[in-house]
Amino acid sequence: MKPLEFSAPATLDEALGLLAGTGDQTGVLAGGTDLIIQHRSGHRDIGHMIDIKKIPELNVLDFDTKTGLRLGAAVACDDLGAFAPAQKHYPGLVEGAELIGSTQIQSRASVGGNVCNGSPAADTICPLIVLEAVCVVRGKDGEREVAAIDFMTGPGQTALQQGELLVEFRIPPPPPRSSDAYLRFIPRNEMDIAVASAAVAITLADDGKTCVSAKIAIGAVGPTPILVEEAAAALEGRELVNAALEAAGKASSAAAKPITDMRGTVEYRVHMAGVLTRRAASMALERIQESD
Amino acid sequence: MSKKRMVNATINGREQTLLCDNRMSLLDALRDAAGLTGTKEGCLTGDCGACSVVMNGKLVDSCLVMAAEAEGAAITTVEGLAIGSDLHALQQAFLAEAALQCGVCTPGFLVASKALLDRNPDPTEHEIRYWLAGNLCRCTGYQKILEAVQSAAAQLRDNPR
Repeated sequence: MKPLEFSAPATLDEALGLLAGTGDQTGVLAGGTDLIIQHRSGHRDIGHMIDIKKIPELNVLDFDTKTGLRLGAAVACDDLGAFAPAQKHYPGLVEGAELIGSTQIQSRASVGGNVCNGSPAADTICPLIVLEAVCVVRGKDGEREVAAIDFMTGPGQTALQQGELLVEFRIPPPPPRSSDAYLRFIPRNEMDIAVASAAVAITLADDGKTCVSAKIAIGAVGPTPILVEEAAAALEGRELVNAALEAAGKASSAAAKPITDMRGTVEYRVHMAGVLTRRAASMALERIQESD
Repeated sequence: MSKKRMVNATINGREQTLLCDNRMSLLDALRDAAGLTGTKEGCLTGDCGACSVVMNGKLVDSCLVMAAEAEGAAITTVEGLAIGSDLHALQQAFLAEAALQCGVCTPGFLVASKALLDRNPDPTEHEIRYWLAGNLCRCTGYQKILEAVQSAAAQLRDNPR
């Protein structure tokens, strides 16, 4: 292993200065649960590790009923899971974050790191997509916003340009009569990587029955997460009874473009994308009904 | 030339300054620089929990923490559980319940179990199993470990230490 520089900047400007000057051998360290393994195994060639956890902007965790949730890119999954407004208003996002690894991993892993790692099986990206999260990115030339659906661009690849840093997620406030849910399938109870996954966010009309808005995203069934507009269309304007849920599931299966690998076959993943869509939609619906 | 730094941390209540290569993990620093070899190296990928320590109040895998990140941190390792020769209730329970065979996973289980009981003095079986899911034991089959944690929890509730 070659020599390693290590910096822990206290300000965003200092971090951006370091990022601009260190080139493509920079490793941005949040919880390290992916990065340190990649560094140690030689999977990534890192000459300079920049620990971003001391930067205040990356540790923001705040909810406002008018502006929604601000989630700093370095906030650990267990801290998000313990944040009551997130549990209440974005249960699907909390579900995704809490599914990542063991207690030890939860202490360190961040939602920001989960999406920057770029895995199509990442457990937080589908919830972020259906919640219409905005990824706030800073570079030396200023700030830009990237929609969550556009953040991952391929396996292990993201919209971040050289010298840019993911600062925070901004998630809109939940509309009345809305909720979300996230489900993944793994062959055991815990500690695994998704074979297929689905996140659903739905909003009901005043009647408490008709779906006025739906967002559905599926993961681990393509090189990037997939926003399935056809599945959302199968729910919108309808009562969420079995027929509508079945139709949404079928649309997700049709949109899934998985590969066969050690975790599952194409046929199985296509099927599971539909099953998980249906079940996640039912869960989100139950959550709205329970909160009435 | 490898790059090194001095890392100042409070380990088991004692302030220490450790000379660490930047490439070192906290696990390496504890074992090789501080000489605290109770913390074990298992998988080096965050799967087995043998290297579990508490850092700033959080249970972490020390193989997935860079030594440089421990600057200013408070760390508890398995060596911090006993007071002199007076074993912690968890250590006594692991012995009494025969909750170990080869012993490589034991320090991690002890540290993780203590972190659980510090938060939740009366965990259910479900809570214990989920909390310890990041600690792997290839010998015992977990039942005796579960029973030891339950036994220690009951003892600590009666007689906190």
